[in-house]
Amino acid sequence: MVDKNQLRIATRNTGFIDPESVESYIAVGGYQALGKCLAEMKPADVIDLMKNSGLRGRGGAGFPTGVKWGFAAKYASDTKYVVCNADEGDPGAFMDRAVLEGDPHNVLEAMAIGGYAIGGNKGTIYIRAEYPLAIARLKLAIQQAKDMGLLGDNIMGTDFSFDIELKYGAGAFVCGEETALIASMEGNRGEPYTKPPFPAEAGYWDKPTIVNNVETLANIPAIIMKGADWFSGIGTETSKGTKVFCICGKINNVGLIEVPMGTSLKTVIYDVGGGIPDGKEFKAVQTGGPSGGALTYKDLDAPIDYENLVARQSMMGSGGMIVMDEDDCMVAVAKFFLDFTMDETCGKCTPCRIGSKRIYEILDKITIGQGTEADLEKLRSLSHNIKDTALCGLGQTMPNPVLSTMRVFEDEYRAHVIDKKCPAGVCADLLEFTVVEEKCVGCTLCARVCPVNCISGKPKEVHVIDQAACIKCGACLDKCKFDAIIKQ
Amino acid sequence: MSNCQEKQKCESQQGFPETLFRELDAFIETLPTKEGHLITVLHKAQSLFGYLPEEIQQYVADALNLPVVQVYGVISFYTFFTQIPKGKNPIAVCMGTACFVKGANKVVDALKQQLQVEIGEVTPDGVFSIDCLRCVGACALAPVVMVGEKVYANVTADQVKDIIADFS
Ligand SMILES: Cc1cc2nc3c(=O)[nH]c(=O)nc-3n(C[C@H](O)[C@H](O)[C@H](O)COP(=O)(O)O)c2cc1C
Ligand code: SF4
Ligand code: SF4
Ligand code: SF4
Ligand code: FES
Repeated sequence: MVDKNQLRIATRNTGFIDPESVESYIAVGGYQALGKCLAEMKPADVIDLMKNSGLRGRGGAGFPTGVKWGFAAKYASDTKYVVCNADEGDPGAFMDRAVLEGDPHNVLEAMAIGGYAIGGNKGTIYIRAEYPLAIARLKLAIQQAKDMGLLGDNIMGTDFSFDIELKYGAGAFVCGEETALIASMEGNRGEPYTKPPFPAEAGYWDKPTIVNNVETLANIPAIIMKGADWFSGIGTETSKGTKVFCICGKINNVGLIEVPMGTSLKTVIYDVGGGIPDGKEFKAVQTGGPSGGALTYKDLDAPIDYENLVARQSMMGSGGMIVMDEDDCMVAVAKFFLDFTMDETCGKCTPCRIGSKRIYEILDKITIGQGTEADLEKLRSLSHNIKDTALCGLGQTMPNPVLSTMRVFEDEYRAHVIDKKCPAGVCADLLEFTVVEEKCVGCTLCARVCPVNCISGKPKEVHVIDQAACIKCGACLDKCKFDAIIKQ
Repeated sequence: MSNCQEKQKCESQQGFPETLFRELDAFIETLPTKEGHLITVLHKAQSLFGYLPEEIQQYVADALNLPVVQVYGVISFYTFFTQIPKGKNPIAVCMGTACFVKGANKVVDALKQQLQVEIGEVTPDGVFSIDCLRCVGACALAPVVMVGEKVYANVTADQVKDIIADFS
């Protein structure tokens, strides 16, 4: 997917260089930024440059990277840590995996630059165990860099030393949150703790620590080489540079894209993403994963940047974009996300632990046709209460998928509770699959694909679906060539 | 120093081979410190033993000088760690958002029907187990099902029978 709408900074090398060869990275200018920092810049200069570039964190919160580094630099300590957050928890996104697998040295170089800037010499990459290839490539890259004196003691003959170790996640979404991540890196249950103190003051092993996302880091060597003005010349007033998105779901060109901040949603979905398959109608796109919200046709012209997405009750998140079409039920989507957070809440605080369950139960009730109008009100007030009282970002953002879908798709919620219908035809308990006698030719195809064998009928005779056994998977509907099966 | 050697006795309750314990000991020896490496060690232990029953939890606790409750606390917190053995062919269905939107829940329903077990369970003959994963990073191929190392892309409910047949 290369086209004029895209601009590659963080992913400038992925797919173009051999990720298993350090020479290949050096050939495209790799490690020059680190060399430039060590030879020509004081740590404070590096931090100023980062501040001036306007780079903000790509892990979700959008905190200015230079400012974060400045805090950590301020605290005196014998040891400081640079942590790369490669937990990539958003289910349905793989930006960080692509960078780590395609350009691992880029991330290592940026971490060393961060270490130099804050006066630290230890780096840790916290990576999810589900990414074995990325882990293997990182291990290889670290070894190669050490062998060439680009990591380890006295890098490039200077008195700056920097080492990087790997720590593995074990399948807990909350560990992407930086304080939980630190707890997990120390070998404990990944439960967040209250800030302050911020990690920049007391983080990993209580030492000053900067936590940065993979994509944030991947921008840094390019910024050092090309300058703050170049970077801040791209994007919008408040959001500089580019953003990598992973567009998936009901879209023609699935995959990774990198576009300048400020690109409109329309451009992303129709020009870069190639529109919705099968002539279906665009319904919504979820950004920010389980913490984010649904954007709709109303938001298509909005320039994508941190502030604009928040103003629309969503958020930038790490870059997942799940496109949904007319066949997706927004209540079911909200329920899906709440099922996720209910599972992933660490349980430390009550609003999140119990609140997620209560929201889920109400949504579940609605999708099986037992919801009432009072439930809609309850959903709203509960959501606001949780947002105000949860301890960490997971709980504070957990109600977003509910609030944002209720905001735009109130009608759809009402159809479930009042008419007991699912307009998108998703909520199984509100649906029935039946064979239209006049149309069925008795080809037996449906009976053969039914996973529960609940369709009966002799060849060339009308088939019948046993409603009690039907799991409403829709396989028969998809297979019937004669449009003889309907869902309502 | 291996604590198993200290105890002079290595009768494994579950009948795990002695060599696996030796391999775990050797791995622990290579760590720069024991502090903060509980999760690292548990990853290794699960890759060796396949799962982490009480016996292994106790062994790891002793090896790292930690109370066994701490080991248990960590294992029960992280979904990657399992205290029961998986089926011979562990089936993992991605239930990330991209897969969900493309109908992964229908695939799960079909699997449960076909194998007559719930998520997180093993078939009585020990051949299959079903688990749900959160995004395996192959969202462009959604819905994704993995059986052991084998990856099935763009899976639909009616392909479930065939997938199971591949391993029966
Ligand atoms: C529940 C939750 C999950 C998060 N998951 C991730 C993640 O998977 N990757 C990530 O980089 N940041 C994640 N974050 C954001 C981090 O806490 C942190 O802000 C980020 O890693 C900082 O790096 P940045 O400034 O470079 O973005 C998560 C935050 C919350 C509250
Ligand atoms: S908000 Fe949720 S995830 Fe965060 S600390 Fe509270 S219970 Fe844990
Ligand atoms: S596939 Fe359609 S036409 Fe064929 S038996 Fe089934 S309902 Fe009838
Ligand atoms: S919807 Fe699925 S379970 Fe129901 S009859 Fe059709 S194929 Fe069978
Ligand atoms: S959501 Fe299934 S692979 Fe990403």
